[in-house]
Amino acid sequence: MLEIKDLHASINGKEILKGIDLTVNAGEVHAIMGPNGSGKSTLSNVLVGHPAYEVTKGTVRFDGKNLLEMEPAERSHAGLFLSFQYPVEIPGVSMVNFMRAAVNEKRKYEGLPALTAGEFLKLMRQKRGIVELDSKLANRSVNEGFSGGEKKRNEIFQMAMLEPKLSILDETDSGLDIDALRVVAEGVNKLKTPQTSCIVITHYQRLLDYIKPDIVHVLYKGRIVKTAGPELALELEERGYDWIKKELGEEV
Amino acid sequence: MKSEQQYIDLFSQCEAMICRHSAEAMNAPRAKAFADFERIGFPTRKQEKYKYTEVADLFAPDYGLNLNRLPIPVNPYEVFKCDVPNMSTSLYFVVNDAFDKHDHPAAQLPEGVLFGSLKEMSEQHPELVKKYYGKLADTAKDGVAAFNTLFAQDGVLMYVPRNKVVEKPIQLVNILRADVDFMVNRRVLVILEEGAQAKLLVCDHAMDNVNFLSTQVVEVFAGENAVFDLYELEETHDSTVRFSNLYVRQEAGSNVLLNGMTLHNGTTRNTTEVTLAGRGAEINLCGMAIADRNEQVDNHTFIDHQVPDCTSNELFKYVLDHQATGAFAGKVLVREGAQRTCSQQTNRNICATREARMYTQPQLEIYADDVKCSHGATVGQLDENALFYMQQRGISLQEARLLLMFAFVNEVVDQIRMEALKDRLHLLVEKRFRGELNKCQGCAICKN
Repeated sequence: MLEIKDLHASINGKEILKGIDLTVNAGEVHAIMGPNGSGKSTLSNVLVGHPAYEVTKGTVRFDGKNLLEMEPAERSHAGLFLSFQYPVEIPGVSMVNFMRAAVNEKRKYEGLPALTAGEFLKLMRQKRGIVELDSKLANRSVNEGFSGGEKKRNEIFQMAMLEPKLSILDETDSGLDIDALRVVAEGVNKLKTPQTSCIVITHYQRLLDYIKPDIVHVLYKGRIVKTAGPELALELEERGYDWIKKELGEEV
Repeated sequence: MKSEQQYIDLFSQCEAMICRHSAEAMNAPRAKAFADFERIGFPTRKQEKYKYTEVADLFAPDYGLNLNRLPIPVNPYEVFKCDVPNMSTSLYFVVNDAFDKHDHPAAQLPEGVLFGSLKEMSEQHPELVKKYYGKLADTAKDGVAAFNTLFAQDGVLMYVPRNKVVEKPIQLVNILRADVDFMVNRRVLVILEEGAQAKLLVCDHAMDNVNFLSTQVVEVFAGENAVFDLYELEETHDSTVRFSNLYVRQEAGSNVLLNGMTLHNGTTRNTTEVTLAGRGAEINLCGMAIADRNEQVDNHTFIDHQVPDCTSNELFKYVLDHQATGAFAGKVLVREGAQRTCSQQTNRNICATREARMYTQPQLEIYADDVKCSHGATVGQLDENALFYMQQRGISLQEARLLLMFAFVNEVVDQIRMEALKDRLHLLVEKRFRGELNKCQGCAICKN
């Protein structure tokens, strides 16, 4: 589904990603862990086409298509979704109008007619249940005045509405209490199918107790330096990153 | 004084004709207005108040005037299919400055309420008009007000007697109609006595593709505890110049809402001056402008807190695209002794291009010590993070920009206290941003 080869990217002339190789197949859950500043968020931003980042080398293919040539909205239509680490507040744009525009543009891309107002509201009601999102939030402006937990639930709600093929969860667990974490993680699990994949970026094993990864990667200084099964996350939780740095021959 | 001279000559030559086709109450202040205009002329940019609009240049071209009051053949019902769905209004038309004589089947006003031609009303109720006409628009202080007082021959009178509540909103459609470049000087007088309540919606349209210049002076008297809403909507075209001077005086406990919306225009200068003269009076003054190409919108507001316990809330928002220019200068004066004044002024603007220009000048002058006042102004671009967030959800950049722009100005539209009109405005704003509103929305002519 996703095939990243030798990806280099920089922001303001500073190289952050220094040759990423990563393949994600349909139905897989990958966890990306790593110390602060290693390039995890840069990787997710580059994949969804954030204009601040410049790809200097490498290729990314998504379902066989050249992802890097696509506009951000087109990447979304093709089935790529990012749950933002810091969801943006958009005062004055209601959740309903925002989601209707998003859903209908995707349908247009797929050659489907726009949903009627009734169909759309029904879909909203149905998907809201997945993350127990309060109906009142749906009538408010996008993320405006939402608590940290509500914002993250809202991200997963949007994911439910758009049914992406590949979801990237960028530190979706940050700022969540235990209950909210469970609700959000269960939401993600409910949306999982054998055809969809997920990249979970996190600092903590906690989230991975709920969303079980098939493969765990360690990203360090812009490269994937270790890849293993789910037991790697447990080991990192216990031992930190120093032993990996040592393995790389760095002084610790 | 080049630009002024042609009008000084015109008035000198045509004074008798102007007066003959007007009413005594409107003729009485002309002599003083003439002296004032000769003395002060048009405002210049050296005056703080008119810093952003070059008035004399705008009056310099040769415009036709209809001083002899030749009837202009037009049946507004045929050309203007006003459609604000779900809103029932008492509908009236003014063609240029002449109150339309056609029947108004929808217009049924409560007993005692007057709405009609200012000239005719001045003849029928001379004492009423004399008591109020020209009392707020000081011709010695403002050259545009002096000019209008000099040449205005007709317009509209609205009178709501004591404790009378006009439930149904009154809608006034101003239609600019001419075959040659044309000037219109219109006068509006609104009197709400103690406890009276009414809502007035005024839309300006330009029907013909000639150059128009219109001046209007609106004087509003809100008596004790009166409640008045005035919505002004400009939907004209690129070759229209509009000068509007709106003066409001509020007595104790009165509540006035003014909302001026510029959807399409050429060059617009709106001056709004509100005097809070009685305790507990409240003014909600808002406005918005959507301008593109070479359109210009200049709003100047002045709120005078003369007595204690009054409230003023002011909100103006502009979205400027292409090479459009916007200006907002808002002054709030809290006089000595005007304790417990609450005043809030906000002006927020978006310049969508590098060429668009916005000038903003918030001003607060306070001479009382127990007050709650704030003001703020911003000029910025659309939020890049919000744009990217929306694109990630599959919304195209163009659509995301539109959504942000609607959201931005809808804060002003949401101040409207008439649900059907609010819905209609949301739609008009959307169409305006989508470029589907080339001229005015209501004219059958434009739709063809």
